Amino acid sequence: MALAEKKEDTILAVRDLKTFFNTDDGIVKAVDGISFTLHKGETLGLVGESGCGKSVSCLSLLKLIPSPPGKIVSGKIEFAGNDILGLNEEEMREIRGKKISMIFQDPMTSLNPFLKISTQMTETISLHQSLNKKESLEKAVRMLFLVGIPKPEKRIHDYPHQFSGGMRQRVMIAMALSCHPGILIADEPTTALDVTIQAQILDIIKELTSKTDTAVILITHDLGIVAGMCDHICVMYAGKIIEKASAPDLFRDPKHPYTRGLIKSVPRVDKPQKERLYSIEGQPPNLIDLPDACAFHPRCEQVMDICRKKFPPEISLHDRSVCCYLYEKES
Amino acid sequence: MTKYIIRRLIGLIPTMFIIITISFFIIRIAPGGPFDKDKRYPPEIIKNMEKKYHYDEPILIQYARYMLDILKGDLGLSSAYPDHDVNYFVSRSLPKSVFIGIIALCIAVISGIGVSIISAAKQNSWIDYTAMSVAVFGITIPLFVVGPLLMYICAIRLHWLPTSGWIDGKYGWVTLIMPVITLSLPYFAYIARLSRASILEILRSDYIRTARAKGLSEPVILFKHVLKGSLLPVVSYLGPAMAGIVTGSVVVEKIFRIPGIGHFFVQAAFNRDYFLLMGTVIVYAVILLMANFIVDILYGFLDPRISYK
Repeated sequence: MALAEKKEDTILAVRDLKTFFNTDDGIVKAVDGISFTLHKGETLGLVGESGCGKSVSCLSLLKLIPSPPGKIVSGKIEFAGNDILGLNEEEMREIRGKKISMIFQDPMTSLNPFLKISTQMTETISLHQSLNKKESLEKAVRMLFLVGIPKPEKRIHDYPHQFSGGMRQRVMIAMALSCHPGILIADEPTTALDVTIQAQILDIIKELTSKTDTAVILITHDLGIVAGMCDHICVMYAGKIIEKASAPDLFRDPKHPYTRGLIKSVPRVDKPQKERLYSIEGQPPNLIDLPDACAFHPRCEQVMDICRKKFPPEISLHDRSVCCYLYEKES
Repeated sequence: MTKYIIRRLIGLIPTMFIIITISFFIIRIAPGGPFDKDKRYPPEIIKNMEKKYHYDEPILIQYARYMLDILKGDLGLSSAYPDHDVNYFVSRSLPKSVFIGIIALCIAVISGIGVSIISAAKQNSWIDYTAMSVAVFGITIPLFVVGPLLMYICAIRLHWLPTSGWIDGKYGWVTLIMPVITLSLPYFAYIARLSRASILEILRSDYIRTARAKGLSEPVILFKHVLKGSLLPVVSYLGPAMAGIVTGSVVVEKIFRIPGIGHFFVQAAFNRDYFLLMGTVIVYAVILLMANFIVDILYGFLDPRISYK
């Protein structure tokens, strides 16, 4: 198996991670037993509709779930040989920003509007690296230069509101990569940006992380982005990963009916535009008190009796896997 | 920045003009006059006195005369205290009121923000609940209840503090403790609640999540990333708070017998002492306008998104 060969350079292994939120209406199982592995320098795509648990999964990796109401209920997150869930706050702070860093969806609100870019960048650098004030500033300027901010030595003394959305996201990337993390988590990094800027931002992420062999977890609902960026893709639905495959495999031959629906609903330039664009009928389920069934069954075109009774096990098909009864015999 | 300040200051002039004009006529419309006492003076004396204060002239002439006097810096004569002019009373009493007002405001701001930080950092703990209960108490109980209550407990029952007076009395500075506490309590309470809410809101914001994801510790996040932004609502409250402290001091000055300007404000209203009343109104208006002006400038320092051009 291809996955087994690369076992030594596994940087992150998530096993059966469950993050629940206690609300007045009941327990929301935002992340319900996901497992995946991330290798050094690999780019992993986490795809799914809004509210399927992509962001919560990644915030769980850094233990940044607002608690209460959120709680990581069980599971194992192995990072560089340590179980992250066993670390205390202080040990976590050593990992956050230094070994695993994160950029967020909305660059307009992710930077502190009251502090200069220089302050926000150098505080991370001097916190995690033994550099003095001047060296930190130089480093920050160099990072800004790398992400393509013009006149970085001048612009670094500006406030976030003096930057455009795309520029702010560049700053976020520069900040996140300034301590050479092993993993960069990018939570919908281009969703809030113009389409023209999207490609630039993705290129920067790709270029800078491949240079340093940084692994990337790219969260997105845009299949076009994962197709161009990711080596492996995990498709999430209702808090579970329902299909895992390498990017070419997934697009060539999607297995899960949901993945198929997703790919079908992407507009294609190479197909005739006469018909209405395909869309998956129905709504994603409410994550409160989900029954032990395939959460996709009410919307599935190939639903069977068993889908309503029990959640399908993870079925391995060569170097990919899928959670669907359709493939029970093939394994 | 300097340009902005100058333009704002010039803008205060028409505002002041309108305030003075409106109050001048409103005061005159109120029934009764400066010489309507229980024991009426003979008509000849009233006539002479009216002549001295120009009350016998048509109202518009009086208005024009008063405006001219103000331009010269003369607030006119007091009819109830004929020995002195209004400038004398204002210059003697205003510093005292401003003094305790500023002390009370400083205490309210510092303790209010301090308590809010602790409360927000330990949200939903017993410390938080206690502090916020005290704050509700401070907001709801009026000054004229807190003042006498404090006086009864600390002065009359326990003999810890003198009941009233000013620092030049025989007890000195301790005289001010009760009036300052009374005056600052509601503002402390309001600032504490306001600032706590604002800190909690910012703690939930995206950029604090970023700060956490960078590995910063909670104290650094609180003091470096949260506090500055959370002060904005507090600063914008300082304008009205200043107004409240100044007018609130009318009650406190009365209770603790402080010879401040509030005392003259109330007396002048009772006595229909037109010029003294106008004088105090003008002083209050200037304090208010200046307070709001300072708040606007402070805002610019706190929030980089605001620029003054």
